[in-house]
Amino acid sequence: MVGIITYGVYIPRYRIKVEEIARVWGANASDITGGLGVFEKSVPDMDEDAATFAVEAARNSLRRRAVNPEEIGAVYVGSESHPYAVKPTACTVGEAIGATPTMTAADLEFACKAGTAGIQACMGMVKSGMIKYGLAIGSDVSQGAPGDALEYTAAAGGAAYIIGNDDPIATLNHTCSFTTDTPDFWRREGQDYPRHGGRFTGDPGYFKHVKGASHLMLEQMKTTPKDYTYAVFHQPNAKFPQKVAKDLGFTSEQIKPGLAVPRLGNTYSGASPIGLAATLDIAKPGDHIFVCSFGSGAGSDAFDITVTDAIKDKINRAAAPSVEKLLANPIYLDYAKYAKHKGKLVMQA
Amino acid sequence: MRDVAVIGIGCTKFGEHWNRSFRDLFVEAGSLAFEDAKMSGEKIDAMYVGNMSAGRFVEQEHIGALIADYAGMASRHIPSTRVEAACASGGLAFRQAVIAVASGMEDIVVAAGVEKMTDVEPGASTDALTGAADREWEGFVGATFPGLYAMIATDYMHKYGMTREQLAHVAVKNHYNGARNPIAQFPSEITLETVLKSTMVAEPLRLFDCSPITDGAAAVIVAPLERAKEFTDTPIKVLATAQASDSIALHDRRDISTLDASVAAGQRAFKMAKLTQKDINMVEVHDCFSIAEICAIEDLGFCKKGTAGKFTADGETALGGKIPVNTSGGLKSCGHPVGATGIKQVCEIVTQLRGDAGRRQVENAKIGMTHNVGGTGATVAVHILGRV
Repeated sequence: MVGIITYGVYIPRYRIKVEEIARVWGANASDITGGLGVFEKSVPDMDEDAATFAVEAARNSLRRRAVNPEEIGAVYVGSESHPYAVKPTACTVGEAIGATPTMTAADLEFACKAGTAGIQACMGMVKSGMIKYGLAIGSDVSQGAPGDALEYTAAAGGAAYIIGNDDPIATLNHTCSFTTDTPDFWRREGQDYPRHGGRFTGDPGYFKHVKGASHLMLEQMKTTPKDYTYAVFHQPNAKFPQKVAKDLGFTSEQIKPGLAVPRLGNTYSGASPIGLAATLDIAKPGDHIFVCSFGSGAGSDAFDITVTDAIKDKINRAAAPSVEKLLANPIYLDYAKYAKHKGKLVMQA
Repeated sequence: MRDVAVIGIGCTKFGEHWNRSFRDLFVEAGSLAFEDAKMSGEKIDAMYVGNMSAGRFVEQEHIGALIADYAGMASRHIPSTRVEAACASGGLAFRQAVIAVASGMEDIVVAAGVEKMTDVEPGASTDALTGAADREWEGFVGATFPGLYAMIATDYMHKYGMTREQLAHVAVKNHYNGARNPIAQFPSEITLETVLKSTMVAEPLRLFDCSPITDGAAAVIVAPLERAKEFTDTPIKVLATAQASDSIALHDRRDISTLDASVAAGQRAFKMAKLTQKDINMVEVHDCFSIAEICAIEDLGFCKKGTAGKFTADGETALGGKIPVNTSGGLKSCGHPVGATGIKQVCEIVTQLRGDAGRRQVENAKIGMTHNVGGTGATVAVHILGRV
């Protein structure tokens, strides 16, 4: 059955605290941490971008399980911060892990959910027999304009999933999506930072679509929230996934392992995939996992996943760092160094 | 002049109506008012519509004709007029309708108010609202409405020694009432701590001292009192209509913590109705900020200047107090779709006078008052309504 063969995550080591950003803009940090439930966020190094994260995450997935890269027939990288507007990140990843040239590749964009859209594409190709393995990655150096509400959470990181049929560590039992044309958050060609509809991103955006896809999944699988060991929801902040989980009937214990956002920030396309990875890091055979991503614009992809015995003996989870390990021992930056790392300081050519 | 009565009221839920348009809102409010008066549109002779800034909020002007059209009256060619006086637009629309009927010029007239404020981002709505102040002397140099009312609050607290806690009681009381009003935008009870720990907006005003950005519409139908029984068993008589103006800029006022226009309009209304403060069972005042309610209850004469903080903290403005203020939840809890607010105030008083206010009902309510302010007090409309 189609499922996850292996997975890997990359999160840069640098962090900036919400307090430090609030200090610069004269905001009250406790209002922001209290309102969003995010305390610090990851920051890339100066030479890192969505492509390097994607490569690191893919390599970490291969460290855990010896998949022959030449058998990876498709590479999809979902991001809203691809380094090039034209020239695919996916080719860089394919080349870096030795999957080229007998593969198809494409970059995907669907705000924060292009990573899970890539998993769906790979599921389809694996199920149809077009490919043996597919690599789907969600990776972002999230963009948020200086001083904008997004700046407190826009973080950096990515996760990679190899999808296939042979001894998956977790079966992808079902997926379904809920998509509409809803302009809650957008960035036009040539613009450096996205814009958003403020509170409009909440009810008509996030909550409508996450609930839409989640209800579809529960209906189609004839399941209830109680049937799942864990649940992962897209996490632009800590408040939204906690609220949607509660509204749907999931408990705070179910979402706790996959809620990386308080210490990580919002990694956009990386967010739901990293949340799932953090859950797989501690999962046991038989665990039943519910996943629902969200991308502005807007849509959600839901997944019903069952962890198999293969997670014990077909994969060495310790061969690559867990999400918990990647979040530990950060190096904190002040706003000036953060601005330098994010390329917000314009230096003479 | 003829006596005038309110024969029908209608009000949408106040809130963030992202899936409904400007015109959806006023059509709903109007339909509810027609239903309430058990009449159809062909009886309507004229309409007045309060709206502050549809041009800025939804890029639509020519609101009078638009509303008549969408109310299904385009083919009847009735006169329909937009009235604008910033946040007092609704109160003035009601006054125009009352005058039209009282004069004998028209018989059955709709007074409506509508505002759709959430289609623009918060900065844009704040700037549109700043148009209610003096753009050249206040807006262009950076003053916003929270800033202007913060100056009033600072001056008031300095002069009269009102405490921050006393001021917070205004919001706590209004949320208590709003929690009992099905149309309220924020129908939740709060504590003093909620107010005192909320985000600072403009010192000393915090988030919970400020009314929200709201979508909503309200409509009332007025008729000559002698014809009112054709439509309703419980007509509510308009006992007084008054309006006053003042300098548009706050700094040109005699005293920035007294709204002289409120004082003038209040006095005119009491004189016209031949009543005093003691006769009023409840009042809807314009609490766009908590300090505005403090000033309003003094300026209308319900308590002495400088004492409204204690008066409020002592519970005299709560349900069951000496003079219940803002039983609807006020602008703070019920919401503040600026052009609709003045009409919603009339709807609330009519609801109370009919005895239909449920868990927020004032016992033996016979006479009620509305107080609607434009800007920082450059326009004020006051109405007194009573059971027949």
